[in-house]
Amino acid sequence: MGEVIVITSGKGGVGKTTTTANLGTGLASLGKKVVLVDTDIGLRNLDVVMGLENRIVYDLLDVVEGRCRLKQALIKDKRLDNLYLLPANQTRDKTAVSRQQMIDLTAQLREEYDFVLIDCPAGIEMGFKNAIAGAEKALVVTTPEVAAVRDADRIIGLLEAAEMEPPRLIINRLRPDMVRRGDMMDIEDMLEILAIDLIGVVPEDEYIVISTNRGEPAVLDKHSRAGQAYRNIARRLTGEEVPFLNWDAGNGIMARLRRLIGLG
Amino acid sequence: MLEFLLRFFGRETTSSKKIAKERLRLVLVHDRAGVSPHLLEALKNDLIKVISEYMDIDTAGLEVSLNQENDSVALVANIPILRVKRTFKTGTETAAKA
Repeated sequence: MGEVIVITSGKGGVGKTTTTANLGTGLASLGKKVVLVDTDIGLRNLDVVMGLENRIVYDLLDVVEGRCRLKQALIKDKRLDNLYLLPANQTRDKTAVSRQQMIDLTAQLREEYDFVLIDCPAGIEMGFKNAIAGAEKALVVTTPEVAAVRDADRIIGLLEAAEMEPPRLIINRLRPDMVRRGDMMDIEDMLEILAIDLIGVVPEDEYIVISTNRGEPAVLDKHSRAGQAYRNIARRLTGEEVPFLNWDAGNGIMARLRRLIGLG
Repeated sequence: MLEFLLRFFGRETTSSKKIAKERLRLVLVHDRAGVSPHLLEALKNDLIKVISEYMDIDTAGLEVSLNQENDSVALVANIPILRVKRTFKTGTETAAKA
């Protein structure tokens, strides 16, 4: 029996889809059998981030409404043969799938896959409620900005009310240079405010734009710093203890001097 | 340059991080308690009504807010008093008149 994990956020644009694509690819690289489900009906995007957009024939709605078999709608990844995508429908809206249909679908998928990752639509409307229906775990993605953290707090409240396991936090697009200058909230600030456990920190990385342009998740690139962070999170999801990278080089005078002369 | 030196030696002017954190703290207290600005305004108006029975207060300077102290949330009202009324209607008096 696999795990069903929903990747969610309050605010849009904080990197849910990028996170889903990278964690899925990362888990598959570790040899796990993984399926990614895009539940952002009406606004599908996971397919383009994965570079699988021109292989779509059937989608999530075709499956739940019985127009095709589940197997027919699953798209096999280009690079990893234990990674699959179930794309969202683009022509309908977020009310098109019911809670029960999602529960049934995830129950079916977890029979065969080690990990079922659900890319959730932003916000707290119908789409969110359906996306979390069949999940037992949740990862909340936020960036270190006031609006994103506030909305993450709201989502955490709703997840707790839904009686799931306590959600874990992914801090995305952290800029260590700005944190050092005191111009961006640091990891401790956000954990203190949101009072949940951390599962990973992903630094801002230009390579994410390049990898999204190419449709190749950054986790596959050895040199990408964000890719490294996603690889670590994927390993933590499998239960491995992976130490957190040290983003803060310290604030002592020597650390400051080292940074000033470029050794930090 | 001065700012850079101050930052370098750790005497930072209020950093935007600190401002962000403080603003978040306050906004989350309201969000989590489910207290809308509308509710606070209504509460404020009722407070003015009740307190005016006993004191003259500066209604424009009256502030009502939620504060977070450690794990508990407190309702804090700052009410500038202009004058305490010498005579006031007690509950029984008003009841007797009615």
